[in-house]
Amino acid sequence: MATQVFKIPDSFNKDFKYTFCPGCDHGVAIRLVGEVMDELGFRENTIAATAIGCSVTLYDFLNIDAIESPHGRALAVATGVKRANPDKTVFTYSGDGDFASIGIGESLHAALRGEKITAICINNTTYGMTGGQCGPTTLVNQVTTTSPHGRNLDYYGYPIKLAEHFALCDGVAFSARVSLDSVANIRKAKQAIKKAFQVQLEGKGFGFVEILSSCPTNWRMLPEKAHDRVRNEMMPVFVPGIYKDLTI
Amino acid sequence: MSYIVIDDERCKACYLCINECPKKLIQKSDKTNKLGDRIVEFCDPNGECLGCAMCATRCPDMAIKEVYRG
Amino acid sequence: MVEVLNNKKVLTKGNYAIANAAVIAGCDCYFGYPITPQSEIGEFMSGKMQELNRGYVSAESELAAINMCIGACATGKKAMTSSSSCAIALMQEGLSYATSDELPVVVISVMRGGPGLGNIFPSQGDYNQATIGGGDGDYKVIVLSPSTVQEAVDLTYKTFHLAHKYRNPAMLLADGLLGQMMEPVEFGEYPYKDFDHSSWALSGAKGRKQRIIRSYSPVEAPQCDHIRHLFDKYKQMEENEVMFEEFWTEDADLIVTSFGSLSRNVKAAIKQLRAKGLKIGFFRPITLFPFPNKRVQELANKTKKFLAIEVNMGQMVRDVRLAVNGKIPVEFYGKPVGSWPSVEELAEAIEREVK
Repeated sequence: MATQVFKIPDSFNKDFKYTFCPGCDHGVAIRLVGEVMDELGFRENTIAATAIGCSVTLYDFLNIDAIESPHGRALAVATGVKRANPDKTVFTYSGDGDFASIGIGESLHAALRGEKITAICINNTTYGMTGGQCGPTTLVNQVTTTSPHGRNLDYYGYPIKLAEHFALCDGVAFSARVSLDSVANIRKAKQAIKKAFQVQLEGKGFGFVEILSSCPTNWRMLPEKAHDRVRNEMMPVFVPGIYKDLTI
Repeated sequence: MSYIVIDDERCKACYLCINECPKKLIQKSDKTNKLGDRIVEFCDPNGECLGCAMCATRCPDMAIKEVYRG
Repeated sequence: MVEVLNNKKVLTKGNYAIANAAVIAGCDCYFGYPITPQSEIGEFMSGKMQELNRGYVSAESELAAINMCIGACATGKKAMTSSSSCAIALMQEGLSYATSDELPVVVISVMRGGPGLGNIFPSQGDYNQATIGGGDGDYKVIVLSPSTVQEAVDLTYKTFHLAHKYRNPAMLLADGLLGQMMEPVEFGEYPYKDFDHSSWALSGAKGRKQRIIRSYSPVEAPQCDHIRHLFDKYKQMEENEVMFEEFWTEDADLIVTSFGSLSRNVKAAIKQLRAKGLKIGFFRPITLFPFPNKRVQELANKTKKFLAIEVNMGQMVRDVRLAVNGKIPVEFYGKPVGSWPSVEELAEAIEREVK
C-alpha cells in the first residue's frame, strides 16, 4: 500500500489555477505558505493583506480571507487588521517592488514596531508584472527594460539587502533569506516560512522571509537557466541564511 | 510501488521536473493540453520511482499534484 | 487633557472635543501622524485609546495611517485618522481605495493654509480636496462641515454613523479656527445604533466561503456594475442625508452662502444688515457631499442673487453655481487664507451686492 507523500495543500481553493508564467517561483512560494498553514492549522483564523504586482492574486489560490492593499501599503493595511484583531493570524505576501521600494517605509516601520505579523517578500531582482524594470533589488550590471546599459552605480545606486536590514530591527523576531533555486533550498525555505509564522503565533514579534526567486519571462531565460542565475548571480550577493531567530 | 499523478491542465511545460527526477522518469510528451502546452508525462515501465517527490517539490504549478511512495 | 465626559457641559477645545466624541462613538482604532493644527486629536487619542485597551498606532506617515484604517475597517471595526490639508493630500489614494472597497473609514480634516506647505493659519481651501478629492476614478466621500465646537461633536457622531451606514469613507471637514477654539459642549451618548457588519467583514474563512476585499477588477462589466452600485449609494445619500441651515431666505433679495466656522461671522453680518432693513438671507450647507443641490435650486427661484463667501479663492461657489445653473447671478467674496474676515468687513461686502 503506497502512502501519499505529496498533495496539494488543503489550504488551497479546490479549483485554483495559477496564473503565473511557466517556471515562475511564485507558485512554489505560495504552495509553501499553504503547506505551513496546513501544518500549523491557522488557515481559518487568517487574514492576509495582499500587495500589488504578480503577488496580487494570492487570494485566488489560498482559501483565506484577504484584503488587497494599495501599492506598497500591505504592511500598513496588515497593521490595521492586526491591531483591530490581535487574535487573528495576519500576513503579507509581496514582491520586492512593492515591499522594498514603494512600500519600504511601511514595511520597515511595521518591523520596527514589532507588529505580530508575518511578511513574505519575493526577491526576483525586477518588477515582474510591469515587464521587467529595474527595481530596488536589481543586481549591479543587470540589464532590465529601464537599465538597458546595465544597473550602474552612477545612475541607479545599490540594491537593498532586506533580510540583513530587517534583522537589525528590534521588533523583528525572525528574519531569513531563502532561495527556491533547488529542491534542497525549497525545503529550507519552508522551514523559514514556518518559523516566520511561529514567531507571530507565539507573540514574539515580526516574522520576515525574503525569498530569492526566478522570473524567467522578464529575465528572458528558460526556467532551468533562471535557477542557475539565482544560484550563480543572486546568491553570492543576496546570501541565504537566518539573520535573526528569537526562537532559539 | 511509488508513482506520481500529473494534472495535464496545470502543466505549463516549464520542464523543470524533467531534470529533477533522479531516475529520469519524466519526459516531454507528444500530447498537448487545452492551452496548447506540450506537457510532460510520467514513464516508469520498470517501477523505478522512489516516491521522493523532488519533481512535485520543484513543480511551480502543482501539476504534479500527488506523489505516492510504496 | 480632558476626560471622556458624557452628560456634562464642559469648556473644551475643538480638537479635544472631536477626539472625545470619536471615543464615545466607539472608535475601535485610531491611526495618525501629527500635523498642526490638529495634533491635539492624536495626542488625546494616544492616551485614551490605550487606557480603554483599544487600537492606537503612531503611524509613520499619513499614507500608512489611512491604510491602517483600511485594514481595521476591513474587519468591520470603527477606525479613524485625523490630519490636515497638505497631509490629507497624502491620503487621497487610500480614500479612493476605501471607497471602491466600501470601507467605513472616518477621516477628520482640520484645514490649514495651502497650497503646498502653506501655513498653519485657518483656511477653507480644502473644500475641493474634500468634496472632489484627488484619488483616481469615480468616487465620492461623505463630507460634513461643523460651524461650532458643539456641532463638531454632533457631526463626529454623524460621520461615524454615515460611514458605517453606507460603507463609504466619511470626512469631518473642520478648520484650524474651530480646532483651536474653546467652547462649552455637551457630549451625551453616541446617538446611533451600530451596524452589523458580520455579513461582509473579514474574520477568517472558518465555516464559510473566503471573503476578499479588493478594488482590482480585471473584467469590464463587473467593474461597471460596481461603480454604478457606488453611485446608487451616492444617490441615496443625496435623497436621505442632506443637511443645511438657513434663515431669512423667504423674502430675501440676496442669499449669502458660507460653510464651516466662517458662517458665524457671516450670520452676524446679515443680522446687522437685516436691522438696517436689507433683505438678506443665509444658507449654510452642513453636508458638503451630498451637497444640498435641490434646496439651492428652489432658493434660486425665490431670490434674485447668491453671494458665496469663503476663505479660499472660490471653491463651494462652484457647487452653488452648478445648482443655480445660470438662473440668477452667483457672486463670490473671499480671501485665500488666514484670519476670518470681520463682521464689519463682511457686512460691507454683502451690502455692496444689494446696492
